[in-house]
This record gives sequence, structure tokens and C-alpha cells, in this order.
Amino acid sequence: MPESAHRGSGNRPPIFAPVRDTQPKDVMDVIIENLPLYWEGFLRTLFLSAVSGVIALVLGTVLAAARVSPVAALRGFSMTYVEILRNTPLTIAFFFAAIVLPRLGVKFEQFEVAAIIALSAYTAAFIAEAVRSGVNSVPVGQAEAARSIGMKFGQVLSLIILPQALRTVIPPLINILIALVKNSSVAGAFFVLELFGYGRQLANANGDAVLAVLLGVAFFYLLITVPLGILASTVERKVAIAR
Amino acid sequence: MFARFSLMTTQVPGDALVSLKAVNKHYGQLHVLKDINLNVRKGEVVVVIGPSGSGKSTLCRAINRLETIDDGKIAIDGKELPEEGKELAKLRADVGMVFQSFNLFAHKTILENVTLGPIKVKGVPKAQADKDAMALLERVGVGHQAPKLPAQLSGGQQQRVAIARALAMKPKVMLFDEPTSALDPEMINEVLDVMIQLAKEGMTMIVVTHEMGFARKAADRVVFMADGQIVEDATPEEFFTNPKSTRAKDFLSKLLTH
Repeated sequence: MPESAHRGSGNRPPIFAPVRDTQPKDVMDVIIENLPLYWEGFLRTLFLSAVSGVIALVLGTVLAAARVSPVAALRGFSMTYVEILRNTPLTIAFFFAAIVLPRLGVKFEQFEVAAIIALSAYTAAFIAEAVRSGVNSVPVGQAEAARSIGMKFGQVLSLIILPQALRTVIPPLINILIALVKNSSVAGAFFVLELFGYGRQLANANGDAVLAVLLGVAFFYLLITVPLGILASTVERKVAIAR
Repeated sequence: MFARFSLMTTQVPGDALVSLKAVNKHYGQLHVLKDINLNVRKGEVVVVIGPSGSGKSTLCRAINRLETIDDGKIAIDGKELPEEGKELAKLRADVGMVFQSFNLFAHKTILENVTLGPIKVKGVPKAQADKDAMALLERVGVGHQAPKLPAQLSGGQQQRVAIARALAMKPKVMLFDEPTSALDPEMINEVLDVMIQLAKEGMTMIVVTHEMGFARKAADRVVFMADGQIVEDATPEEFFTNPKSTRAKDFLSKLLTH
């Protein structure tokens, strides 16, 4: 690890430049020689995914709440949002965030912000659907009982329905988060340097070892997604016992 | 009709804690509540019986607006049921409801099930709510189950907790929607005993049930419903020994042959 990791694509210390060698070499060599670069990309991807994931979870839950609310306008808004975002390619969300938003006056210093906006807006639609199906899985009698002791809509949802819905929703939510981690690679195409972006740089620099470079990229994605998958199955098992 | 006549003579509308006037409800083509008029006075125990599909559960649920009605008026303690929102929530806090399927909050302990309403709806301090809840749980005979989850209790115990949960809100009236229909036979009595006790203490109750024994023992009035209409409204004695309508005679004869 370098002492000072410069962020962004500007002046990069030499250690971060892809190591280029004319000699054909071992698969592992390319990966090991470029570990700092991989690590930097890994951290950027982790950061993008974590921030977008948290925003998407909050936004998605709010959208799901709007979808089951007694206010017709909120239901309509939520449904329209979800249907548009989840039925269009992620790349379009990125184009909107990176190109259309700045023209509408939403300016940001780094493309990373656009990437976070696109990823969280897109993922929130899927989370909203997952949470909504979880809400629907809670027997209707639970809400009726809560309403009959005088709880208001917000209380019924936050105290009775969502805590129970969460149990069934966690495994599908983790699947969505895994997809988010992989989707964050689209940011690489929008000038955001993350794992996939660095991987492309490396592949360009090591034309003879593209396969090795990509294997390295895949490994670092797995480093995030496999633990998430393990978490999903653990939670699933725990929920099964709890019932 | 006799029922209408007795309603008009014995009921003083101003005196009614729960009053339904010309209530109608349709499920699509099906006319489930046909021009229902019913007044329940403070302290009165009204048992609603009738064949399945007669609309008695719908009637019970309409009283705290878990079912909306198409037209007519429902008032509780002189106040007409408001639209969905804060006002309705407030009114519902005064109307206890016990469901056929208990509907205890599955993720909360027995004690939390009872304290949740007082704490979150009425703003009672937790220590006070806990104390009151324990007293209620003792009263219905499940005090020692307080730290358990609903799924760990028998049906009869769960239903008694559900009664305690409703009582914790200190309701003006209690609605029971077939409270013993989902119970094993040996658990029915433990729930009915609690209800009979409650009736003796002067609670206003509207009970939809198939338990004729309870109707005889605890009811002040029996309302017989069929096909969405109130066909008879009489004292238990009158209704069981001398039903006026053929519909009620038919219903009772079927009960007795089994």
C-alpha cells in the first residue's frame, strides 16, 4: 500500500501507474505487481457500493411505504418511479445523472457523485419492490390489530409491519446489493475510476495478459459479493429457525 | 317487523354508545349489510348470531371502520366515525377489538403486545404501562407467559392475551369477532370465562359468536342476522325459547340436532 493514495484520475504517483513489461510473464505476476492498483480500485468500488447501497435502502423503503400508503398520489408517484427505473437500463440512469442533471443546473465536482446518484436511484426501485413484497407477506391481521388499538399509518408500518417484513426481505435485499456492487462497474464507463475502470487500464497496458488482469478484477469483486452471499444464507437460516 | 318495532320502543338513541343507522354495504354485487339499524347502550352485552355469510363479521368490523360502509351512519358515543386518519385512530383507541385469529404482534413479547398501545398511542410511561399490563395479564390468567412470544402460547392463551391487549386501551366498548372459532374445543371455555367475567363487570360488548351457551349466560340481547339483515333482536330467553321468524327457527333447529 502506498503511503498517500491520491484519489481521482489526475496526478498519480508512479507506483499507481500500470506496470508494463515486454517480457511474457506468469499469470500471478501481473496481478501481484499491480496489487496497489487493484486495491485502490477495490476500495473505490466498495465506497461507491456502500454509499449507494445505504441511500438506496433508505429511498427504497420510503418508496415502498409510499406505495402502501393511504394517499393515492403517493402510491401513484412510487409506482411510476419504480416502473420507470427498474424497466430501463442502468446506463440510461447514468447518462441522466452524468449529462442531463448538470445541464439542468445540478453541478458536481466529480463524476463519482453522478455515479452515486444513478446507482442509488436505480437500485432504490428494486429495493422498493422487495420491501413491498415483504410488507405484503405480513398477514393483514397484524395491521388490522395495530389499527384497532388506535395506531396511525406511520406507526403501523414502522412498529408492526416493517420489522416483520424485514425478516423475509433480507435475503432478496442482499441479492439486490450484490447486483449493485456489480452494477457499479458501469461507473467505469463514465470516467469514475473504480475496480473495473482500473482493470481496463491494466488490460490496455498488459495486452498479453488480459485474461490474468480480468481474473484479478473478478477476484476483487468476489471479495465483496461472496461475503454478502454468505450473509444472505446465514440470515435465511436464522429466519427459518425463528419461525 | 317485530324486531324493528322493539328497536324503536326500547331504544333511546341519545342513550346509545354504539349506534348504526340505515347502514348498507356491498361487495360488488353482493349486498352484505342491508339497511342495518342497531343501538347498543352503555354496559349492554349484545350477541350477534346467524349462519355464515349473514354479514355479522362485516357488521362487527364496520363498527371500527376496518370495513367501510356504502351509506348510513355509525356513531360511537355520539361521534360519527371519521374518515381514515388521525381522528379515526383516536376513535379506534376507544374501541377494543378481538379477532378470530388473535392477531397478536408476532415479533413482540406477550407483555409488549399489551403495552405497545398504551405507550405508543396514549403516551403512558413504560413503567406504568408494564405494571398495568401485568395486572391485566394476571387477570386473564397468563401473567407467567409475559416474556414469551405469541407463537409459544396455545390458541386459548393467545386469545386471552388479545383480550388483555384490547383492555389495556381502556376501551368504551369491546368488539369480539368470532373469538372462539379458531380454538380447539378444550380452550374455548377459558376464553369464554374471561368474556363472561368482563360482561359481569359491566363492559359494553358486541360479540359475534356461535357459542349459544355464552349468549344464554352473558347476553342482554341476541341479534340474529341472516342474508345481511337483522331478522330478530330479542332477549336470549325470548330468542332461544320462542324465536319469531322461520329463519331463526330453522337456524336453531339445525344447531340442536348436532
